[in-house]
Amino acid sequence: MIKTDVVIVGAGPTGLFCAHQLGIIGLKCEIVDNLDKIGGQCIELYPDKPIYDIPAVPECTGEELTNNLIEQIKPFNFSFHLNDRVQELKKKNEKWLVKTTNGKDFLTPNVVIAGGVGSFEPRKFPTKSVEKFDGKSVLYSVKDKSIFKDKSVAIFGGGDSALDWAIELSNTSKVSLIHRRDEFRGAPASVQKIKELNEKKIINLFTKYSIKDVKGNGSLEEVEIQSEDGLSKTLKTDYVLGFFGLIMQLGPIADWGLNLDKKAIPVNTENFETNKKGIFAIGDICTYPGKLKLILSGFHEGALAARGCFKYARPDEKYRFEFTTASNTIKDRLGVK
Amino acid sequence: MITCPIFFCAYINPMAKIKYIEHNGKEHSVEVQNGFTVMEGAVQNGIPGIDADCGGGMSCATCHVYVKEDWYDKLPKKEMGEDDMLDQAYEPKSNSRLSCQLIVSDDLDGLSVYMPEKQV
Repeated sequence: MIKTDVVIVGAGPTGLFCAHQLGIIGLKCEIVDNLDKIGGQCIELYPDKPIYDIPAVPECTGEELTNNLIEQIKPFNFSFHLNDRVQELKKKNEKWLVKTTNGKDFLTPNVVIAGGVGSFEPRKFPTKSVEKFDGKSVLYSVKDKSIFKDKSVAIFGGGDSALDWAIELSNTSKVSLIHRRDEFRGAPASVQKIKELNEKKIINLFTKYSIKDVKGNGSLEEVEIQSEDGLSKTLKTDYVLGFFGLIMQLGPIADWGLNLDKKAIPVNTENFETNKKGIFAIGDICTYPGKLKLILSGFHEGALAARGCFKYARPDEKYRFEFTTASNTIKDRLGVK
Repeated sequence: MITCPIFFCAYINPMAKIKYIEHNGKEHSVEVQNGFTVMEGAVQNGIPGIDADCGGGMSCATCHVYVKEDWYDKLPKKEMGEDDMLDQAYEPKSNSRLSCQLIVSDDLDGLSVYMPEKQV
């Protein structure tokens, strides 16, 4: 059990700057994110795309913004819990017991939800019949490639994940690669390699096909694929892998008893607290009259939410407003002279 | 000198009629101002079925729509990247488009777009 002043849900720019503000006012925090890296949408969706509306930064990429934010909170040594997701919030006395998917427990008076549009999850097949095989023989990521040895694997998708795994698994498995069109968005070298493997009949390539159905008694036996003009083929297969990128889903946040307005959490604009005491929401996931989904708004919201957290984390202390340029206390916290 | 107020109004604020058809067949016809995207037309009018999680950045494929053949050919062609995102959409077909990439103009007046069963 980790005891802390604040748990931040989401390591995007808003969560990172909120952490900075918590550090400045002398609070500790722990940051949890479902992705395997820090940066949220900035790093997952547009690491290379330029952003032009960060105050005093005429232009930067999502990756540069993330790196600078990480640099800015370095002095505070906050812990990140990546590849993990906050699953449950439970009231325990005056505090919140926060449980994650990986079994971590936090006890904290404050939770700041900076979850963007939700957590990134793999996109799944639209076909209903695949659900009963989900996690067993229908997979959306590869954790242990040895399970595919000497098996038939049908891989769906046209991006790098699909191509890389098709190439890799073709060494030890019978691979079919199925994609809905002729063009691939993966790296040109991988596309070339796939075409060669197809010509050598090492893999079976089916373009302009998508999944129609899967069949099997108990275990998966066949996958049926269908072309745009209704032509269908049946492939014998032991595994089906789908690589369709990531999608943002609200996930467990919807079960925490918070008021929801569509996919957003209403907050007050004084300290960005939700309808639950000690739970704050900032960034794209919060809503209030006039809300703008800008990174700069998220920064402002994080700064105010941090002051809101102070009240519950240090109930006996009076919050003192200080400027970073003038305060020796803050300079100590930042480790500067 | 143009003085007819109705004509003048239409001149400075041109709109196109866009019909959004939900997967269950429910139709929503709205006027969308030229220059806005078909996605924005749906979001601003509270039409369900278009999520637009990334807000029009061609980064999420949750504003996916189908366009009937006759209209599909009249639309501006897809730019680089749209098909890559459509690969990740829910049940993409040959007549799939991302509605954030369809900019409303007089040419699109009368366009119908069909929503997929869901976006994710």
